[in-house]
Amino acid sequence: MTRKRPRLWLYVPLVLMTVFYLIPVYVMITTGLKGFDEISLKTMWALPSDGIHFDNFTAAFEKLAPYLWNSFNMVFPAAVLSSILGSLNGFVLAKWKFRGADVVFPLILFGMFIPYQSVLIPLVEFMKQTGLYGGLPGLMLTHVIYGLPITTLTFRNYFASVPKEMVEAARIDGAGLLATYGYIFLPIAVPSFVVAIIWQFTAAWNDFLFAVVLTNPANWPITVALNNMAGSQIIAWNVQMAGSLLAALPTLVVYIFLGRYFLRGLMAGALKG
Amino acid sequence: MRIKKDTLYSFLLVLPSLAAVAIFVYGFIGWTLRVALSQWTGLLPDYTWGGLQNFVNLFQDPRFFIDIRNTVIFTLVFISGSLIIGMGTAVLLDQNIRAEGFFRSVYLFPMAISFIVTGVVWRWLMNPAMGSRMSGLNLLFSSLGLDFLVNQWHTTPVWGIAAIALPAVWQMSGYTMALYLAGLRAIPDELREAARVDGASEAQIFSNIVFPLLRPVTLSAMVILGHISLKVFDLIVAVAGKQIPLDVPAIYMWQTTFDGYFFGRGAAIGIFLLISVAVLIVPYLVFSLRGEVEL
Repeated sequence: MTRKRPRLWLYVPLVLMTVFYLIPVYVMITTGLKGFDEISLKTMWALPSDGIHFDNFTAAFEKLAPYLWNSFNMVFPAAVLSSILGSLNGFVLAKWKFRGADVVFPLILFGMFIPYQSVLIPLVEFMKQTGLYGGLPGLMLTHVIYGLPITTLTFRNYFASVPKEMVEAARIDGAGLLATYGYIFLPIAVPSFVVAIIWQFTAAWNDFLFAVVLTNPANWPITVALNNMAGSQIIAWNVQMAGSLLAALPTLVVYIFLGRYFLRGLMAGALKG
Repeated sequence: MRIKKDTLYSFLLVLPSLAAVAIFVYGFIGWTLRVALSQWTGLLPDYTWGGLQNFVNLFQDPRFFIDIRNTVIFTLVFISGSLIIGMGTAVLLDQNIRAEGFFRSVYLFPMAISFIVTGVVWRWLMNPAMGSRMSGLNLLFSSLGLDFLVNQWHTTPVWGIAAIALPAVWQMSGYTMALYLAGLRAIPDELREAARVDGASEAQIFSNIVFPLLRPVTLSAMVILGHISLKVFDLIVAVAGKQIPLDVPAIYMWQTTFDGYFFGRGAAIGIFLLISVAVLIVPYLVFSLRGEVEL
């Protein structure tokens, strides 16, 4: 196969696009490192010239730490629980179908696309009646349930690619439903768990709508707290930018180190397997 | 019968999830519909039958017209921007580029960030102040001699919402690129080779072979991006707060329900959004799941 060598001019638009994607990052980092006297409108594009001010990050962290903690506490269990349930659903819907399983699957999937405004009022009523309104467990439960469609999809697509003979061989050896799942499908599903967990982690961490409707200020996750901080006139821009960076950091770190799995989650979301 | 029993167990295994989805998705949609058909205004639930009154009121509501107009403008700018940038960068990256992995990672990283963070930073970039208080991108344009680009961003009358589509494109065009790149990689090289042998130019190969083969990708991307744009909410809140000129159905729903206690109207907006999304998504789901083969 002889593919042409890349021509140099191709790099011009590629580099320009790189600049486009990195501009907000540049502003976020440089502004976050500037001192208060330096964040005038005129110098916003300049690099910090008056030393590096990490104290903005300390200040932002002091303000946001409780909310970052709220997010972590709620997002981790939500991602793991949702993935475990999704793996069971995916296994059954791909390899151990009950009657009607092929009708049930698209009905579950549809839940991934609905605008949550169409369930918000009952959700709030439900949380109020069960006493979960305002707290983190209610928000966590919400993320577990509305995360089920995508985790089910992730595992079902992966398990569908496993040959049927594996299940039959296990059956002949006397393995039942749970043994087949536990000894054969669970061990090979580790990459899918990574995909599902980081995808759910990212989705729940970045959620704003459920959080703003279901939690009271003490239980705000980071997105709501950051939006609130950005809306106030009292907090300086350098601290706001430092705060934004802190809020983005956990999912960015996941992206940087596990980008391959992250991309697979994205593709699954477009029903591309 | 061992197998029959196992099938029963398999149903029991997924029953908790099925019940959760049945209640929280379908049950709640039904409940919302019931609220939309009621006269519920105020803090306490009131399910007195109101028929379609909430929907009728909605379609006579000038604010809802602004919402629809804004959604249309936003959708057009957002989808076309994401498709053009996504396809362009994917085609460029498919040219055997050195450091392809680096470019790809940079283009895709905004997907990992929340719309809130994006909105907070772009609010600073799209500062509409003029003259001596000029800042953000306007200041950058002006100092580069590109004064014709200086604009009022989201404070522009009528078209302000188009400015909000810019950070949305920033966030989602990398994802569109990834979809296109997967599509491009699925086109066998032999096809292009054969065309080259027949003397086709690269431009001809693109317009006669590659572009038509990418049509299904374009369609999926439009469906995915379209449903995101119907639901757009947090980005606008983070850039501009709740302002009527930049209102969309999702914000109206939130405000009228939880700030104004017009539950019936809020539910009607929710149902309206659901129907709009379903019109896009249901055919897409049916189409995507048909023709799956079982191994």
